[in-house]
Amino acid sequence: FMRVSTRKCPRPGGDMQWCFSQVKGAIDDDVAEADIISTVEFNHTGELLATGDKGGRVVIFQQEIENKNQPQFRSEYNVYSTFQSHEPEFDYLKSLEIEEKINKIRWLPQKNAAQFLLSTNDKTIKLWKISERDKRPEGYNLKEEDGRYKDPNTITGLRVPVLIPMDLMVEASPRRVFANAHTYHINSISVNSDDETYLSADDLRINLWNLEITDRSFNIVDIKPANMEELTEVITAAEFHPLQCNTFVYSSSKGTIRLCDMRASALCDKHSKLFEEPEDPSNRSFFSEIISSISDVKFSHNGRYMMTRDYLSVKIWDLNMENRPVETYQVHEYLRSKLCSLYENDCIFDKFECCWNGDDSVVMTGSYNNFFRMFDRGQRRDMTLEASRENSKPMQVLKPRKVCAGGKRKKDEISVDSLDFNKKILHTAWHPQDNIIAVATTNNLYIFQDKVN
Amino acid sequence: MEVNAEARRILAVSISKLYASRTQRGGLRLHRSLLLSMVMRSARDIYHSSRECEELCGAPPTSEEAMETGPVEQTVQLPEPLTEPRQPAASAVEPPSEEPDSGDEGSDGELAEDKENMSPTRQSRKRRGKAAAAPDFLPSKRARLEPGEERHAALPTSCRAGAGESLAALSLNRVIPAF
Repeated sequence: FMRVSTRKCPRPGGDMQWCFSQVKGAIDDDVAEADIISTVEFNHTGELLATGDKGGRVVIFQQEIENKNQPQFRSEYNVYSTFQSHEPEFDYLKSLEIEEKINKIRWLPQKNAAQFLLSTNDKTIKLWKISERDKRPEGYNLKEEDGRYKDPNTITGLRVPVLIPMDLMVEASPRRVFANAHTYHINSISVNSDDETYLSADDLRINLWNLEITDRSFNIVDIKPANMEELTEVITAAEFHPLQCNTFVYSSSKGTIRLCDMRASALCDKHSKLFEEPEDPSNRSFFSEIISSISDVKFSHNGRYMMTRDYLSVKIWDLNMENRPVETYQVHEYLRSKLCSLYENDCIFDKFECCWNGDDSVVMTGSYNNFFRMFDRGQRRDMTLEASRENSKPMQVLKPRKVCAGGKRKKDEISVDSLDFNKKILHTAWHPQDNIIAVATTNNLYIFQDKVN
Repeated sequence: MEVNAEARRILAVSISKLYASRTQRGGLRLHRSLLLSMVMRSARDIYHSSRECEELCGAPPTSEEAMETGPVEQTVQLPEPLTEPRQPAASAVEPPSEEPDSGDEGSDGELAEDKENMSPTRQSRKRRGKAAAAPDFLPSKRARLEPGEERHAALPTSCRAGAGESLAALSLNRVIPAF
């Protein structure tokens, strides 16, 4: 079936003025590796914001709206729940450690009072239930208050326990563990619009799961060659179409995207559509293959477009046109001449994500020096902003930044050589309805909102 | 020549990255290893094609892996054509800092001592002997085979006859099948 997306549209177009709202995480410059944020995701209403980190923990923030009546109300996100999702494991057969780092979090649409999310590390996906408890039973007939059972001989009457209010407690419990289905490292999970299934993708295979069933999954894509020496590309990301439950896409390290229809056959090795842009021969270098590898693919909310992120650019594709993207935005073209250095310091392998705003008019992605970029598709404008502690006074308006690629550096511009490549923004998320964004630096989560929200 | 020097440097950097990735937490990453091997192949092709000009001794064909190298050769800008593989060093393209002969002779000497690796056709779990003829920029420590890895049959190709079969070529063979 097709789900119709009914989305409250934010204020159309206009100048966005981004203000600092909050920053979460330690102020320390000395970053503990476990605190490195590895994924950020709003839930479907935007009320909850989840982060995963390298230490296997999930932290969920909840939006508390201070005063909706005021024209410039501030919505604050405060910690709602924290839990250890994954632990480090050891694969004894291969003598390999399995990292506990959370690669992706995806929320399920809410069906009842509880919230559900999927979180995954390299090998195992878990379904977590996050529920609130604000009442507790008191006055058991057979038990003492501390839980010990009473001596039956002392019980003379009958009383029914009553529920009394208590301080809100948020509990996270693992409801399903989907394990042992991936030989390679999981890079993506995506919940289907049918609310029953989801996919998980590793370097060479994509599996389809039923949310209720953990001991079985269907393999729907397998690109492993018979002889591994013939391997030329791997799967880098995968996502279900937001409205059509039979359609999904997966991107590759060669810069191609394949759209597959699960109605066509059980094994979707043959794509329905192949999206690929021919390479510009003048840009050929030792590193052409690396920089054309797609690090993220995201459908637009309306399901008509998809966006891909490779090392230097963001591309918007119309699902009806396979031979080239409809829009291409350069994120940091000034890095093209620095690819050799970026290869040496490993930055060229960084996997940047990208995201759409609620009405698909603006896209956002991260860069280095704690810069992040926004591209307004309608107004054909782009903006570079910085997430830093220096610009973190409450409601402080962020000043647009500019990188000087060469020649004379103007005042307030930053030269390419001064960029800090250790400060990278890989993960960003946009509130599904409002102009509120969550931007993750190495170990801090910044929340910005549009001044006139 | 600049391209050759850059190719050598990239090759050296790539190999050290490959070694480092073996001890990485979470195990070898297939995607990263694949990208590394692609860069190494490009760099190696440039490096070998420029070293061909210096080849004096008729070394037996090196064992190249079966992977496609054609597209890379066509598109990478080479300063000189690949049409004269056996020209002596007087081709004037090579800078004087290259070590054409001494390196090869030295490696031949090493080969004589390296009994385990002398014959590539010997059925053995050790690496092929050509590793001893490694170019000068490679780390001196030879990599161990992973447990369970087998030596793959060398497929002779007609593309080039470089005497220095580098560790890079072996590493490329090892990177992906190790998974």
